[in-house]
Amino acid sequence: MAESRDQHARERPHGLGLAVAITSIALLCLLVLAPLAIVLVEGFADGVGTFVEAVTDEATVSALVLTLTVVAIVVPFHTVFGIAAAWLLTRQDFRGKALLGTLIDLPFTVSPVVSGLLFVLLFGARGWLGPWLRDHEIRIVYAVPGVVLATLFVTLPFVVRELVPTMEAIGRDEEEAAASLGAGGWQILWRITLPRVRWALFYGCVLCGARAAGEFGAVSVVSGHVRGETNTLPLHVEILWGEYHTAAAFSVATMLAASGLVTLVLRSFLERRVRASKRAASAAADASAAVALGEDTPMKGALS
Amino acid sequence: MSSRVSPWWALSLLLLSVSPLWMGCSGGGDASSSSGSRPREVELLHVSYDPTRELFEAVNERFVARQREQNVNVTVRMSHGGSGRQARAIIDGLEADVTSLALAWDIDALVREGQLLPDDWASRAPEHASEWHSSPWYSTIVFVVRRGNPKGVRDWGDLLRGDVSIVTPNPRTSGGARWTYLAMWGWAHRQEGGSDATAENALRELYRRVPVLDSGARGSSTTFARNGIGDVLLTWENEAHLLLAEHASDGLEIVTPASSILAEPPITVVDRNADRHHVRETADAYVQFMYEDEAQEIAAQHHFRPRDEAVAARHRGELPQLELFTIEEVATSWAAAQERHFGDGGLFDRISERRPSEAAPR
Repeated sequence: MAESRDQHARERPHGLGLAVAITSIALLCLLVLAPLAIVLVEGFADGVGTFVEAVTDEATVSALVLTLTVVAIVVPFHTVFGIAAAWLLTRQDFRGKALLGTLIDLPFTVSPVVSGLLFVLLFGARGWLGPWLRDHEIRIVYAVPGVVLATLFVTLPFVVRELVPTMEAIGRDEEEAAASLGAGGWQILWRITLPRVRWALFYGCVLCGARAAGEFGAVSVVSGHVRGETNTLPLHVEILWGEYHTAAAFSVATMLAASGLVTLVLRSFLERRVRASKRAASAAADASAAVALGEDTPMKGALS
Repeated sequence: MSSRVSPWWALSLLLLSVSPLWMGCSGGGDASSSSGSRPREVELLHVSYDPTRELFEAVNERFVARQREQNVNVTVRMSHGGSGRQARAIIDGLEADVTSLALAWDIDALVREGQLLPDDWASRAPEHASEWHSSPWYSTIVFVVRRGNPKGVRDWGDLLRGDVSIVTPNPRTSGGARWTYLAMWGWAHRQEGGSDATAENALRELYRRVPVLDSGARGSSTTFARNGIGDVLLTWENEAHLLLAEHASDGLEIVTPASSILAEPPITVVDRNADRHHVRETADAYVQFMYEDEAQEIAAQHHFRPRDEAVAARHRGELPQLELFTIEEVATSWAAAQERHFGDGGLFDRISERRPSEAAPR
């Protein structure tokens, strides 16, 4: 995106291009930077003391711990799931492949609130599995497992959707060559595929983690808002706000804003890496298409 | 070609990825009693409505101290949210041992939809409190106006004058707003020559003057105080005091009308959950505690009106006298009010038709 904007700027240094640039920067300031600044200002509105008090409050700390726990479960899950699903989508032909792709995108299109309600319908006391779960003393909704499940659902597409284009760009050639030389599935994964997609994978994980930490809608439905138990940070911010602890709400919000900023920095760094690896991949693919398949080609990919 | 790459590892990856899921799963840890001198550990989950956080934080602290004297270590976990929504969550499996909601109708829903407690829950209070509908304190609906009360709003009738703009939440989604709606209905009914027709007209005039119909009390408070919309905010008495404290520099004022509705937010044990968790005894003691002097005093400090005469007398200065009428007087019962006023196609739907704008529900 930045690249194409540069090109436009080169083509038309004045006039339309400039106007577009100014407008978008102004919009960016208005929609992103101003709210971010307000969060900081309001967070410290009642002084540093209130800020420290708010972020070290027992309920805040437990919300933070829960949020981190959720991220720690969700990100590894989706890393593994994402690799497996992306591999199926790009390396296998099977009936229902299009359906699998659509299903993975489903959380993008379903409103988070609705996905939260789905879990209540499924696991709630009056839901399909509710009576069975109650008889076996298993709590899913209005407990931590429900929060984890809802977050897993809404973050499902992130890693897969980052991996698929990169894996498509890399192509199958090197993996097939490795297979023909006798490499096993795991070997191919570790030595060929993963090294080539690692930046895309990492980027997907960052996006997935950011969404997992910030998810509100779905989690709000299944959490039950039990203070010190099932409140995540975004829920805690809303509750503080609803209880007239405005400064405290914004203090806690700064923690989320800070994690958002870290994500942005990581993102801009990773985006460049992903693009570079994709370019390298397509260049390699062109080259290997031109040259007949040499014996050392797959190993080169693994070593580089 | 790809047949050489076995799909088995993809499958095993998938299975592996499911495994952390079960780490997060855990059965509900319940209180267990132990003999000897070690204190008994009991955990209660109290699910409440929105503006009661400070109140129950203070009450819980005292209750925990009291129980510790009897060698019981109690932890009271709190959940707060909109009254109707909290009721829904309990029905759907939020395992509240005790619940306090904005109106009896929401607790009736627990009986109706979930059979979680017996239908005579409202008369289970201690003997001296049997007429209090399980609400150890009460509240009412008052007005908040801007500095110096420029529109001269003193009573319900003043709200219906031409140029007054009013902020109140949507009665379909907010418990407090239902009390407000019924207060207006009751006031109009009790005027000289009051009838269903005049009351209906008063409500129509009231909601015609509401520029923003928020989904909850807090949303309306924000609309009024932060965004500066409206001349009068109609809200809970305790909510009004909270708002004044939060916006102390704005010079907002509370106007207590000559009469208003007796709003009774009940509290009760949720029998089925408390029994299942084996915490019935402590849950009962907790609800009983609300009727004792100590809790009554705390309630008064948080601008709820205590039932206890002695405590109420101490706080008479902060809680102005007004005539309070009950929901039974003006609408027979919650079930009747629900059907006539707040249900689909009820009176509120009809009078709020063709409204110019309505805030999106949140």
